[in-house]
Amino acid sequence: MEALIGLLVGAPLLGAAVLLCGGRRLDRTGHWLGTALAAASFVIGLILFIDMLGREAEQRAMHQHLFSWIPVADFRADVAFQLDQLSMTFVLLITGVGTLIHLYSVGYMEHDERRRRFFGYLNLFLAAMLLLVLADNYLLLYFGWEGVGLASYLLIGFWQHKTSAATASKKAFLVNRVGDIGLAIAVMLMFTTFGTFTFGPVLESTGAAGEGKLTAIGLMLLLAACGKSAQVPLQSWLGDAMEGPTPVSALIHAATMVTAGIYLVVRSGAIFNASPDAQLVVVTVGAVTLLYGAIVGCAKDDIKKALAGSTMSQIGYMMLAAGLGPIGYAFAIMHLVTHGFFKAGLFLGAGSVMHGMNDDVDMRKYGGLRKYMPVTFVTFGLGYLAIIGFPGLSGFFSKDMIIEAAFAKGGAQGWILGSCALLGAAITAYYMTRVMILTFFGPERWSKEGPDARHPHESPKSMTIPMIVLAVGSVGAGFVFDLNESFVHWLEPVTALEHGHPPMSAMTITAGTVVALLIGVGTAWAQYGRRPVPVQAPRGSLLTRAARRDLLQDDFNHVVLVKPGEYLTRGLVYLDHKVVDGFVNGTAASFGGLSGRMRRVQNGFVRSYAVSMFGGAVLLLAATLLMRAV
Amino acid sequence: MSTTLAANALAATSTSTGEAVQFWVLGTVAVLGALGTILMRRAVHSALCLGGTMIILAVFYLANGAYFLGMVQIVVYTGAVMMLFLFVLMLVGVTAADTLRETIKGQRWLALLCCLGFAALLLGGIGNASVRGFTGLEEANAAGNVQGLARLIFTDYLFAFEITGALLVTAAVAAMVLTHRERIAGRVSQAEQSRQRVRENVHVPPLPAPGVYARHNAVDIPGLLPDGTPSELTINPTLRGRGQVRDVSGEAMAELAALEQRTEEHLGRDQDPADRTRNGRAGVRNGTAVNGSAKDGSAKDGSKPNADGPASDEPRDPDEPDETGADGGGQESKGQETDGSGEKEKAK
Amino acid sequence: MNPVNYLYLAALLFAIGASGVLVRRNAIVLFMSVELMLNACNLALVTFSRMHGNLDGQIVAFFTMVVAAAEVVVGLAIIVSFFRSRHSASVDDASLMKL
Repeated sequence: MEALIGLLVGAPLLGAAVLLCGGRRLDRTGHWLGTALAAASFVIGLILFIDMLGREAEQRAMHQHLFSWIPVADFRADVAFQLDQLSMTFVLLITGVGTLIHLYSVGYMEHDERRRRFFGYLNLFLAAMLLLVLADNYLLLYFGWEGVGLASYLLIGFWQHKTSAATASKKAFLVNRVGDIGLAIAVMLMFTTFGTFTFGPVLESTGAAGEGKLTAIGLMLLLAACGKSAQVPLQSWLGDAMEGPTPVSALIHAATMVTAGIYLVVRSGAIFNASPDAQLVVVTVGAVTLLYGAIVGCAKDDIKKALAGSTMSQIGYMMLAAGLGPIGYAFAIMHLVTHGFFKAGLFLGAGSVMHGMNDDVDMRKYGGLRKYMPVTFVTFGLGYLAIIGFPGLSGFFSKDMIIEAAFAKGGAQGWILGSCALLGAAITAYYMTRVMILTFFGPERWSKEGPDARHPHESPKSMTIPMIVLAVGSVGAGFVFDLNESFVHWLEPVTALEHGHPPMSAMTITAGTVVALLIGVGTAWAQYGRRPVPVQAPRGSLLTRAARRDLLQDDFNHVVLVKPGEYLTRGLVYLDHKVVDGFVNGTAASFGGLSGRMRRVQNGFVRSYAVSMFGGAVLLLAATLLMRAV
Repeated sequence: MSTTLAANALAATSTSTGEAVQFWVLGTVAVLGALGTILMRRAVHSALCLGGTMIILAVFYLANGAYFLGMVQIVVYTGAVMMLFLFVLMLVGVTAADTLRETIKGQRWLALLCCLGFAALLLGGIGNASVRGFTGLEEANAAGNVQGLARLIFTDYLFAFEITGALLVTAAVAAMVLTHRERIAGRVSQAEQSRQRVRENVHVPPLPAPGVYARHNAVDIPGLLPDGTPSELTINPTLRGRGQVRDVSGEAMAELAALEQRTEEHLGRDQDPADRTRNGRAGVRNGTAVNGSAKDGSAKDGSKPNADGPASDEPRDPDEPDETGADGGGQESKGQETDGSGEKEKAK
Repeated sequence: MNPVNYLYLAALLFAIGASGVLVRRNAIVLFMSVELMLNACNLALVTFSRMHGNLDGQIVAFFTMVVAAAEVVVGLAIIVSFFRSRHSASVDDASLMKL
């Protein structure tokens, strides 16, 4: 069975290699090959999952050692895989949702000339992400981490002929680099602290290290997680990443990429557990991002950007849960999985809508689409209900748990975090309702004639089937997971479950969540459902305008990072030109001038040289005689 | 020789009076010879002065008990080396480089400063050495100077001796290699040369002989053309290259002018200036008439072709007998200098 | 008279020869000056030989003569070939090494 673990990574990697190196002859069949290999990976994952279920909870983790990667004296890095419950969850999510997105892409990218390449990149993305979650040490994880960064760069910039896409991919890559530096430093710190970076020894010996060092490692890991998971302050790339094809957005937001940060934090739980300071930063980041993303999501008219804001917010929830420690890890992962379902469904739905609307993304030009795209409407609607936490659907269970756990943190912190989470739930309900109403209800606001005429239609089967599957997942996953707390117990060997004790009863909190949900939905309906929506966006309040600009994140980066960087660079260039070059050139010039003068001594006449020689002899003689006299 | 023998017999603090006399007399001559070597303008004179100095040094060697070296000095240095110098001088010839005018700025002063400093330091150093007595070579030369040297050469200095032998062989080969000239084309025969002349139609008859239309027929005196200028064709290029051409055109012109004047005096026509211009050769007659002195006029006229023609490339020592007088000589030496610099330009 | 006087004479001749090397332009005269310097050295060596009472000085002088002869042969050969190509025996004309 262990031998199959390598195949999990190997199948999509093979697909990527074949598709990227295969050339044109694969143009016709390549996408099916890619989909098949992703599906194969999923099947292998399923087999392993079933096998894992058949064993005792403590016996479920599996290892596969492939080869020694960098054996240098004490420094030992292996290519080895660790498949435990946490990894298994991710594997199923990644391969499952990934396969569906592959399937969806077959239809979505049908008319793209570079579809084969696209599927190669998708497979590469899957392979890198699987490597990331299956690695049994931080260095291999780092390898996968960078692979994810590369694949996301390639995919976001897939339509690189658009300047915006090229810029967006560059932005995503650069912002991710900032996080990657954090991970690199964390790995180095681990090596100096523990002498290894294999998960087992590192996480078991956290007690041996000082808390300061653990905090440093934790903060660096958090920085890495922020980069990949688009958390404040490294969130700016996520919105722009919508420039990629919609399946890519779905893949990034649901199954891969942004979940990597959560995985990293949960996987390194032992380190965070040992460092309350790092945990505090994690929950702060989570809470801030939660509200930040939600606010941004409220203001966007671009359907994908609204969903991107939502992703940021939901990942904020997960980060918040992960920062809560053992009481939150399982819920973070649970929310991650349910979110994987409904967010993938939502994105695929959005893609389907765009597909029918000639790639128009402005929701103000939608409206009343439920008649034209019934399947999309239903699946999107189910995803919508799931994400806002409609009771009984998957989002309800997972989000409710997180809110509960946040309150269970205890003290003022618990109240603040809980309130934030509750507020976030209300805003989530608001902006998702807004998206729903703007897209599927109300009058039809698109132009039916002229050059901009839209002819909304339902998408082909290859696109709708994944949406249906995901919708089923978004409806049922939460319930299945919550049944006897099965998911929490499943993860218990890895995340060491603790039950929190919120200051009020669970029912109260659930009721509060539902109330927040209703408030959000009601507000949105009052604002968009009852009144006609203008096609041109109104000016809006200061907050709205700020939120439309992603709460000024880019302006902030520009002012705080870019401008000083520019000035610094300019100063350095000036310094280089004037001081360094001046010194070098001045030296050269002075030598040149001196040489020019000394050159005149070299007049080429033998007799002049003879005179200097003879003069030297005279001086030597004089010196000799002087020395003798003295 | 007898004085040297006597010197050797003497005791160890002082040499014989005879040797002292010999030293002071010959030493003075040696220094004068050395000065002559570096001050003489002609290389031949320098070589002769040097030869003299070397012979005096040979005598000093003998006086110092180095009989073998004294002889070698005479045979090898004054005999072979100086002859080699003279040979090369003959090959190279005398050129404008012989002038004593300094061309590098400050060179002479620097050289003088260095040499005076060096001499002062050396003399001071020797004077400071406070040498009281000397051993003398009586003992070392007891078995004969040549035998003593031979013993040393073939025992202690054998290796150095062999190496100098190798050095001499190398030097001989090097000299041959350096002076060897590869002939890249066949020698042109006389028949070919004459055919060439006919083909080019230049100088089909033989070149004019020197001294044609001239009073002299020596090879170093160019023939004069009808207008009194010297013809360069009449002079051997080698002589011209060495600058050993005696130009007597000025003299000839002066004589011609004097003859005309005498004729005019004889005919009594010198009162009519308008007539004079009608008679041709206006320049000469003008010159004679205005200056009233045949010598002045000839100098002026003679210098003109000199400055223009290449045949005037003639170094003239001021002390050499000058046919055209002091004025003409001055002019000519100027012309020669400009030509000399022109030659240098060409060489560059 | 002390034989030291020969040394004074040798020093004088050497200095004169050196000034000849520095001042004269004709390569042949320059060579003669070099010879003069060598001879001055020889005189000093011979005098040393006498002052010290052994023949080593004379041996060295002898070798100097041999080397000088070799040097003259090569030097004059160089002058001749130089003159052939340049039609000049002036050392100032051989300034091609200058930039």
